[in-house]
Amino acid sequence: MATMNMLQAINNALDIAMAEDEKVICFGEDVGIFGGVFRATSHLQEKYGKARCFNTPLVEQGIIGFANGLAAQGSVPVAEIQFADYIFPAFDQIVNETAKFRYRSGDLFNVGGLTIRTPYGGGIAGGLYHSQSPEAYFTHTPGLKVVVPRNPYQAKGLLLAAIRDPDPVLFLEPKRLYRAAVGEVPEEDYQLPIGEAEITKEGTDITVVGWGAQMEVIGKAVELAEEQGIACEVIDLRSLLPWDADTVVESVLKTGRLVVSHEAPLTGGFAGEIAATIQERCFLYLESPIARVTGLDTPFPLVLEKEYLPDHLKIFEAIRESVNF
Amino acid sequence: MMTEYVHQPDFMTGDEFSIPTFSLLCPEGELHDGAIEPALERDHARRIYQAMLATRILDERMMAAQRQGRLSFYMQCTGEEAAVVGATAALDDADMIMAQYREQGALMYRGFSIDEFMNQLFGNELDYGKGRQMPIHYGSRKLHYMTISSPLATQIPQATGYAYGQKLAGDGHCTLTFFGEGAASEGDFHAALNMASVHQVPVIFFCRNNGYAISTPAVEQFAADGIAPRAFGYHMHVIRVDGNDVLAVYEATRQARKIAVERNQPVLIEAMSYRLAAHSSSDDPSGYRSKDEEEVWRAKDPVLRLKKWLLKKQWWSEEEESTQQEALRREVLDTLKRAEKRASPPLESLISDVYADITPALQRQFDQLKRHIRRYPDAYPRGAKSLDLDVGTDTDSQGEA
Ligand SMILES: Cc1ncc(C[n+]2csc(CCOP(=O)(O)OP(=O)(O)O)c2C)c(N)n1
Ligand SMILES: [Mg+2]
Repeated sequence: MATMNMLQAINNALDIAMAEDEKVICFGEDVGIFGGVFRATSHLQEKYGKARCFNTPLVEQGIIGFANGLAAQGSVPVAEIQFADYIFPAFDQIVNETAKFRYRSGDLFNVGGLTIRTPYGGGIAGGLYHSQSPEAYFTHTPGLKVVVPRNPYQAKGLLLAAIRDPDPVLFLEPKRLYRAAVGEVPEEDYQLPIGEAEITKEGTDITVVGWGAQMEVIGKAVELAEEQGIACEVIDLRSLLPWDADTVVESVLKTGRLVVSHEAPLTGGFAGEIAATIQERCFLYLESPIARVTGLDTPFPLVLEKEYLPDHLKIFEAIRESVNF
Repeated sequence: MMTEYVHQPDFMTGDEFSIPTFSLLCPEGELHDGAIEPALERDHARRIYQAMLATRILDERMMAAQRQGRLSFYMQCTGEEAAVVGATAALDDADMIMAQYREQGALMYRGFSIDEFMNQLFGNELDYGKGRQMPIHYGSRKLHYMTISSPLATQIPQATGYAYGQKLAGDGHCTLTFFGEGAASEGDFHAALNMASVHQVPVIFFCRNNGYAISTPAVEQFAADGIAPRAFGYHMHVIRVDGNDVLAVYEATRQARKIAVERNQPVLIEAMSYRLAAHSSSDDPSGYRSKDEEEVWRAKDPVLRLKKWLLKKQWWSEEEESTQQEALRREVLDTLKRAEKRASPPLESLISDVYADITPALQRQFDQLKRHIRRYPDAYPRGAKSLDLDVGTDTDSQGEA
């Protein structure tokens, strides 16, 4: 075991993947000698050479188009998009190409080797364009997998799984936790399952679901709730596509109550998908309306970021209201 | 298109063309042999210089303020003042400017006040952008300066569209869009140039080739001879200019504007310069370039070059220089102190301007937010203050980006 922050854990996963398989290739804006603006790819160019870790020109549609071709050829590209806010020039390549390569060719060709890594989320005074959580645009895209780690241990295990997964994976990294989340991480190779949620805390009164950086916020809210004698069951979805409905269903059958939280705006957010599925499958067991604690239906603000964010107090209030319904 | 038929395969690479660099002023502040001095009046030349100097000083002070933790983020124009101010000075003040983010010199030239800069930088209640964007994302309707958007290159095709509208309006104005040599790799750049050429649009594409896109040097950005040769592919007028030579930038842009406005044809200008400062306050260039390289360019300082020319013409004096510098520094510091103490934009600014009118759904979310803030005023000092609630704790800083 070693103590690592999330960036070190990601860097370590990339290092292991590149060492083990020479088909693994990392690239993106400033990813080469500089190691990326967050330093997630530090030293990889030194170790594996410029052919396998390099700067690209500043063109996201090019990065993902190139990655699609490279993956189709049989390589294992790990493409970095500098901020999730800047993924949209590549939206066509991801939604129409990455996600549909296998299906449209009748499995003659696929881009399963592809992993797209990108930092997402707010809480860093980044304003409109360094804070967004765009997961719901991509969870609406069959053929893609969407994975979000909550801490360094999860980041390493899930990233290694993503790189080796037979399907293309969008790997959303909670950048607020890049240096803030520090934990014990095995130095050796390991993988965590994609498509499986994890119950991070058991409880009987209410189920609270989230993913990524929001898990830390949920943790604080749950502490407040526990002080008031409310026993919360906490679930980290880890994968949003495919998402592990069974684990959430099983929990809600037990607790009868559900709160889902994400930073992205309410309308069209992934919490809506979870709420719909749970009311379908747990209708007669629900004791209160499913609550969504999310960002507002606005672009991401700057100065009033604190007011905008679905923080622990808003989640705590939702838990309380649900229990007192 | 007519094409000549040949009967030997002959591949071309573009090396057949070489694009020279237009320059007028030597680093010593004298005109090159054979250079013709642009028709620039004394007052106009002074206005250009004062905008360049003010930009330099604003950048120095604000970067220092960022280092002291008073500001969350900053970006300097340092080294590129001639390119930005020179180009702006060649426009009509009512021509539209659509910039990338490093072009505060353009606003300075057009008369954006230090107060206006500060209000944006601190996102206070007087910020036109209502505290929604990170520092340096300025905009000014009255100065015809489109509000900055962080996603790179998006303004370039928008400039083509804006200028097409100007052409239809027939008001004799054009649009100039600034962008970096890095941003020119985006698809939007290519779309913009092609559409401008096809639709005969009065737009000037002004590329600041400053050698770097964050850590990525220009040699890893493109294999060709810079950005200028791309104009050929779109059949567009193009000129490359010494970006540290404000007279050359001014003259090139002045003539480009004539082509744009009088003939409804787009022009590409590539200004060769260097980003002397870090990419932003979050960046440390020592990880990707040498001090020696920086020194080479520091010696080509565009502000100093113009100053020498002005001194020779006796249009400026050392006394004026020191008085002006001191006055500017004081103004920046005084204004900064005022701006950082001002209140934040009101809580309503969270939900206004998403649409022309606030939707019922959003209003409901906002009412819920207000109830929540009333319950926990201490956790949301800005929101609570805006709702006139008593707050126990102090407003915390913006944090870092
Ligand atoms: C679409 C998009 N991708 C990436 C970024 C992140 N980014 C911000 S500035 C920058 C480099 C831009 O370089 P250049 O265009 O040369 O301008 P300069 O900073 O040199 O003035 C990058 C990659 C962004 N803002 N937008
Ligand atoms: Mg540049």
